This record gives sequence, structure tokens and C-alpha cells, in this order.
Amino acid sequence: MSDKVLLDYGSGGRASQRLISELFLKHLGNEELNRLNDAAELAVSGRIAMSTDSFTVDPIFFPGGNIGSLAVHGTVNDVAMMGAVPRFMTCAYIIEEGLPMDHLEIIVASMGEAVREAGVVIVSGDTKVVPRGAVDKIFINTTGIGEIIVDPAPSGDRARPGDAVLISGTIGDHGLTILGTREGLDFQARVESDSASLNHLLIRLVRELPEVHVLRDPTRGGLATTLNEITHSSRVGCHLDEGSLPVRPEVAGGCSILGLDPLYLANEGKFLCVLPGEDAEKALEIMRADPLGRDACRIGTMTDENPGKVALITRLGGKRLLGMLEGEQLPRIC
Amino acid sequence: MSFELLNKFRDPELCGKVLETLRTELSGGLRFMEVCGTHTVAIFQSGLRSLLPEEIVHLSGPGCPVCVTHESEVNAFLDLAGRDGVIMATFGDLMRVPGHQGRNLKKAQADGARVKVVYSPFDTLKLARENPGDLVVFIGVGFETTAPTIAATMKMAREQGIGNLRVLCFHKTVPAALEALLADERAGIEGFILPGHVSAIIGLEPYRFIADKYGKSAVIAGFEPLDILQALLSMVRWRNAGEARVVNSYTRIVSDAGNAKAREIMYEVFQPTDALWRGIGCIPGSGLEIRPDWESFDAGKEFGIVIEEGPALPGCKCGDILKGIKRPDECPLFKKACTPANPVGPCMVSTEGSCAAYYKYKLD
Repeated sequence: MSDKVLLDYGSGGRASQRLISELFLKHLGNEELNRLNDAAELAVSGRIAMSTDSFTVDPIFFPGGNIGSLAVHGTVNDVAMMGAVPRFMTCAYIIEEGLPMDHLEIIVASMGEAVREAGVVIVSGDTKVVPRGAVDKIFINTTGIGEIIVDPAPSGDRARPGDAVLISGTIGDHGLTILGTREGLDFQARVESDSASLNHLLIRLVRELPEVHVLRDPTRGGLATTLNEITHSSRVGCHLDEGSLPVRPEVAGGCSILGLDPLYLANEGKFLCVLPGEDAEKALEIMRADPLGRDACRIGTMTDENPGKVALITRLGGKRLLGMLEGEQLPRIC
Repeated sequence: MSFELLNKFRDPELCGKVLETLRTELSGGLRFMEVCGTHTVAIFQSGLRSLLPEEIVHLSGPGCPVCVTHESEVNAFLDLAGRDGVIMATFGDLMRVPGHQGRNLKKAQADGARVKVVYSPFDTLKLARENPGDLVVFIGVGFETTAPTIAATMKMAREQGIGNLRVLCFHKTVPAALEALLADERAGIEGFILPGHVSAIIGLEPYRFIADKYGKSAVIAGFEPLDILQALLSMVRWRNAGEARVVNSYTRIVSDAGNAKAREIMYEVFQPTDALWRGIGCIPGSGLEIRPDWESFDAGKEFGIVIEEGPALPGCKCGDILKGIKRPDECPLFKKACTPANPVGPCMVSTEGSCAAYYKYKLD
């Protein structure tokens, strides 16, 4: 194959076949995908969770991962947040002409590694190559489906006053890493994306505690926006305890320099869990037993005050609104 | 500064003690204004606003550089953003500032204008080198804090022979604005929390008139809750003792003499001029313009930009808010026609604007 992705590779002819067999099947192949049929035949039963997402991250390589592993983690997590065991995925690549072939291989290989770790199978895929400038290097769309194992499934509208709000670990790591890498900022302390598949931990959690009301991954918009969505859908208020929010010192430092708020930065390996207050300790025990949840902690409580709003109880004991993110966070003048 | 040291200024126990002392020693009300937008955000973000005694009236001043950028200046950079061969370089704050008919840089960018958000004025040097066929125009908005860095960037461009960098200079200086506020007695300001960043450059001297001429107190303060509480306690104590003082309490960052080197660079490139402040109008001697010997960098001159006062925005009370006469939630447009998604006035645009802070942090 050429050392760069050419338009030929998206032609549907021999070049496409070579790209598929020598690269995609090499890393993602399995019994179903290898058949190269127009569609996959799946054995799935019961209630299904299904989610789709497109990944357009810039830069495509960042400390802690790349767009390939991120695409798997993002979709696996979305499916798992429904109390579902993720089983199958599809992936569609839109590649800019001229992308170095070894970059593509790193991305596809890390996608393969991520699906094996998550225990899901890619059963269908698509590759398009578009002229230079039509996309920024590479875009990936993934769709995942899984079997829901709890009834009722966790849902954003099921939070109740008195519920505990838990987070599975530190916030802001992914968002700051992406912004820092994009702008070529050299933080003194290393920051790294938390991108990871959370399904194994989530499944253990909902199997032992089927009373979990809400599971959400606070991706774009961060923890603050996700909590606002939950309080809005559930018509409850939330008291969030600033002092208990886990933020790595290096992330707090980077945010302080750039004028960013870690509460609004994306996370790709964390989840929010809302469940009855009496189950909180047990849930934390389960989460902390997993390396992906070792920093889990309780950060707040759902209330019947100020329905639809999140109130931050500051370290000083003051109370203020924690609203949704308006547009994107931008660096400030001073 | 270490986080350990910084954490002391956020310590809940220490802050609680100062707050208690403040409550005990407060006699009557206190109308104070924090000049700087970063202080506004700090007061809300830390929850201090909800903890301060009700008799303390908190006013947010004109210290957000985005908020005081005049609409004529906004229209000027929006007009330039559409021109062929021009790359606008700006800090992120200005991207959403509305100009005439709701235009802003975000929309201009979507329409094809080349706009680059930079983290430092020095980034414009690289941008200019990488685009030799274009003019890179940096929007010079800000106070004494940002002006020296932009001056240093211009000096470096000259040294490196970079000929395609321009600055659209709309810088403003703080002390003259404070004098204009004090001269207008409607706000009834009894004391100022002075901006830390600006003071690091200009020092204590330019604020002396606040006590000497107007008999009011002012404290240069840091941005942590303890800094702010101690500044308020000082002002209450001085008032109780019948005194007016101007004091630097931010000595861990600000020296009384300020930064002479930064001022030297700033005044090598810029000189004082009259400036239009959004919502306030013309304040004599409160702006900076590019000196004649640096004229080759002056985008205003090159493009023949004229800044002039136009009609005020109907209904918008940003002017009264910047002067401390009205609170953001007393504006009829607040949270109705004017929101962060669709700002009518400048105080709703910047993350450090007082209306945006009220909207974002105030729990009804």
C-alpha cells in the first residue's frame, strides 16, 4: 500500500479491497466482519440500547489515546450508561486524502485493542476517502448496541430528591489535555486524557445495585452541563459540594492559567451515578475496587429545592448557581 | 505561587473568621465597587456574594476590558474582519461581542473571515511569519495589564523585520475611569477593590487621588476570597475611624512601585489619548494610542478607522451598570432580551462582565 491514503482507496475497487483486508480486517477482523456482507447478522434478544456518535477530535493523537480508541470508548460508554452490556459496534471512517498510512494504522490498531478490552465486536464498517480539505484528517462514526440488563434502565429523568450524586473519578483531564495539545501548550505537570471503556465497571455496579437511577458520562459540556440536563429532565434540584469535587492539581493549575473551569471540561473515562442515598456507600465500594473508579466519591445530593437547577455549595459555604455551558470555553484577556 | 500558599487564601475557616469580624464591626451599610471583572467572578464563584451581610452593597465596575470596548470600536474590527488579505488575531473574549445588527467575530468567521484566537500577543509573530502575503491585525483591547505585552510584541516584530503585523489599538487605562465614576455622585461609591493585574503594572501612586481628592478608600486586592474579605474589613475599619486610605494589600504580587520596565515599554510604543468607554462615553486621557514613530503598526491609521460616539442601545442599561448606578438585575432586558446566548449589551458578553456573572452565578 502507498505510504499515504489516496483517493483510490475509497474507490470501491481493488485499492479499497487492499485497504480493508490489509489494514481494517487485520486489526478489527472477526467471524462476522470477515464475511464482508452488506449487513451483519446478529443474535440479540430482549431490550436493546443503541447509540451513535461521530468523532472529529483535533488533534487526532493526544496523551492518553487517539481518535480510534476514543471512538470505541465513547460509544461503549454511551451504551453502558443505559445499564446495558455493549455487544456490537459499527464504524465508518471518513479519511482525508493524504493522511499518512502509518497514522491510519495506529488509529485502527488502537481501535482494535479498545474493542477487545471492552469485549465488543465490530460487525460492520465503511471507509470513504475524500479530497484534501474536505475533512480534517479523519472523522470516525461509530454505532453501538447492547443488551439492557436492568429494569427499568437508568435514565436522565429518574433522579429523585434525596438521591446521592457520585462521580467515578477526577474531572477535566480529557478536556484540558485536548485543549493543551491543540494549542501546543507545555504544562509543567503532565496531563493525560482519561479516555477508557467503563462498561465492565458499570455492569458490575448495576448488577449489584439495580436501583441506580441515572448513569451519564459527562463528556462535552462537562460535569456541570450533564448535571443540569439531569436536574432539568428529572425536575429536581441538585446541591453540589465544591469541596468534594475531585480535580487533579495539575488540571486545576492548567485551568487556572487558561481561565477554564474543569466543571465544564469534557471527560471520556468517567461517569456520574445518581442513586438512592442509602446505596451510596455500597456503590462507592464497587467503584473504588476497579482501577477506573479508584478516585470515586460522593459530590452532591438531589433535592426538591430549585427544581431544574444545580446549586454549587462553595468551599466557604456560600451557594451559587452552576449553569449550563454557553457556547465553548474561550481563553480570556487577563 | 504555590498552591499551598494559594489555598491559605481560600481557607474556609480563615474566611469564616474574617466574615464574622466584618459582621461585628460593620456599622451601617457599605457600598463598594470591585473595578475588575476577575474580582466580580471571584466574588460570585466563591459564593462570597451569598455570604456577605445584606447591608454591604456590591457594585461591579468598568474593569472588564470587553465590556468597555465601545460599539464603534467593535464595529471597526468587525468591518476589518471581512477584508481580503486580513487575518484578525484576538483573545477569545472578543469572539462573541455584538456589534451593529448582532454581528460578531464568530459569525464573521462562519461567513469566511479569517479570525485566529491567540493565547498571547506573541503568537501573532508566528502567525505573521507563516502568512507573509496577508496582514495580521491584532485587536488591542485591554487595560495596563495587556498593553505592555502588546508593546513588547510590536518591538519584537520590528527587531525581527516582520512587516505584516498591525495592531488595532483600543487600550484603556483604569485610574481616569475611576475618577469619572467618583465625579458622578449617583453611584455613591464608598470604596473600591482595585484590580490586582492592572496594579501590578501601575503600582499604588496613580490611585492616591481616591483618598486625597474624594475622601474614599481603596484596596489593591488579590482574587482569593480571603483577599476580598480582608479588603472589605479594612474599608469598614477605616470608615469607622473616620479615615480614607489607599492601600496595597496584594503585596505577594503587586509592588507599590508597580512594574517600571513594563511601563517603560508601554509608553515607548503608546501615548495617552482620550478614549470612548462603552456606556460611559468619552473619558479624557483614559486611552492609549500608538506613537507616531510606531505608526507603521497602526491598523487604525492604515485603514482610516474613525471611532465616534453613536446612539445608545435602546433599553440597555450597561452604562449605568458599569458606573455602579444600577445592578444587572435592575436592567429591563436582563434575562429577557439579553442573555449570554444573545447578548444585547457588552456586560452580558464577556465571562467577566457583571451581567454575565449575575446570569451565570446568581441563584434565584
